[in-house]
Amino acid sequence: MISLAQTYFIEVMTIILYCLLIFVPLLLGVVMALYADRKIWAAVQKRRGPNVVGPYGLFQVPADGLKFIFKEIILPDGSDKTVFLIAPIITLALSITAWAVVPVQAGVVLANINVGILYIFAISSLGVYGILMAGWSSNSKYPFFGALRSAAQMVSYEVSIGFVIITVLLCVGSLNLTEIVMAQKTMWFFIPLFPMFIVFFISALAETNRPPFDLPEAESELVAGYQTEYSGMPFVLFLFGEYINILLMCAMTTILFLGGWLPPIDIYPLNAVPGFVWFLLKVIFVFYLFAMVKAFVPRYRYDQLMRLGWKVFLPLSLFAVVATSSILFFFNLAPGM
Amino acid sequence: MTAQLLTFYLFSGVILISSLMVISTKNPVHSVLFLILSFLNAAGLFVILHAEFLAMILIIVYVGAVAVLFLFVVMMLDFKTSINKDNILQYIPIGILIGVVFIAELIIVLINTKFDLSNIQVLPNPLSDFTGKSNTEAIGSVLYTDYILYFQLSGVILLVAMIGSIVLTLRERVGVKRQVVSEQLQRQGKIDLVDVKSGKGVDI
Repeated sequence: MISLAQTYFIEVMTIILYCLLIFVPLLLGVVMALYADRKIWAAVQKRRGPNVVGPYGLFQVPADGLKFIFKEIILPDGSDKTVFLIAPIITLALSITAWAVVPVQAGVVLANINVGILYIFAISSLGVYGILMAGWSSNSKYPFFGALRSAAQMVSYEVSIGFVIITVLLCVGSLNLTEIVMAQKTMWFFIPLFPMFIVFFISALAETNRPPFDLPEAESELVAGYQTEYSGMPFVLFLFGEYINILLMCAMTTILFLGGWLPPIDIYPLNAVPGFVWFLLKVIFVFYLFAMVKAFVPRYRYDQLMRLGWKVFLPLSLFAVVATSSILFFFNLAPGM
Repeated sequence: MTAQLLTFYLFSGVILISSLMVISTKNPVHSVLFLILSFLNAAGLFVILHAEFLAMILIIVYVGAVAVLFLFVVMMLDFKTSINKDNILQYIPIGILIGVVFIAELIIVLINTKFDLSNIQVLPNPLSDFTGKSNTEAIGSVLYTDYILYFQLSGVILLVAMIGSIVLTLRERVGVKRQVVSEQLQRQGKIDLVDVKSGKGVDI
């Protein structure tokens, strides 16, 4: 038993250290993303946004967090208490788990697994359970309808995200995220696969329940959707889980279409910059697009949302899979052929 | 090796416990949640077997899609009135019967092969050499060559099932106004973009 502990102690400790190395910057990123989201939204509407707490209002989000921590956790009478409390934990845990395979630089990744992209797809398809459980266990009508909407929406858009990922994989020939990035050395995939880039971006908005697809939380119809009955810390867990998922989708767009950590042109002053700086810049750019869409576009109607998912994106991405594989086959461009 | 063994016992233990909970909890939603837990742990077992592709596909298909629909349906049932645990004893004989049949089949298989599974000829052709291939590549290389017929056949069955369920549930409703986006976009001359002068207004 002692030898077992000796063998695994150092290994486990290193893994925990690596996990902290992912977790702490991620939390910092979420805080900055929340702040940036509010600032960009305010700027579009010619408001100032948060500007009171700390310099430029930078401490607004930590102050909000502190407020939530000290608030009472209200458990609704008649709710299923266990499921009610597990739901936000599942949401946050899953969203963090997906980051284990995201490479931020060549070789800088916690788990460089062969099926990285499938892993992320699987984890993000599990995200719907947090929302479903929250909506059901609240034992209240608004959360329940919010959860039903959200589940239907996420399942629908996952289909087209899956096909978009397949078109990218056809050009790469590997499921490994690092190899997906390295395959873009000559050309970033958003140039040859531009329509799929657009489909992926919009589906990512729908998958993360961002405006204009934030119907599960449409305040004019459903109060706050599945989060209605939540308060205090569980609410913060939902909020953080949601924003970590948004950042994950930004990172996925970067890795699949914008060349990950690769510099735009492989010449001296650009390729001397460390890879994670490029990665970070690209993620910030995609997040900026997410925030601008939130500010510009009015909310979709629910039947329009479903129509877009099933009648526009699904045929389009299905056609793209066939077209891409045909082109790769007939021009002998397919990797591994 | 020990860590592998420990994780195996962890995953299989959780599978056994959660499968028991599936049939013993009173709340149907809890049953489905436990079912999902056991699916997830089965995916964990696949990972221990180095079948990571199967594990991910199990999670994506069963947990991410099938079980969501399952939960969807169960959530909408009014289960508070439908629970009736009084007659649980009446299912025990048939349960025992099924269990006995399964165990008998397992015993027959194990006795016939004398615990030596290496010399069973299951396949007409021996599988090609997979060394140096990732298991995604290995599955793809046989699925689309040797087993293309079965693969296509199962695809056709799924397609038929899908079309069948759509046909069964489709009903034309009369008097419903629908939004036809292409018609809306093709409307010409009915919408004008007018630059309204301040204080003047426009004629309608």
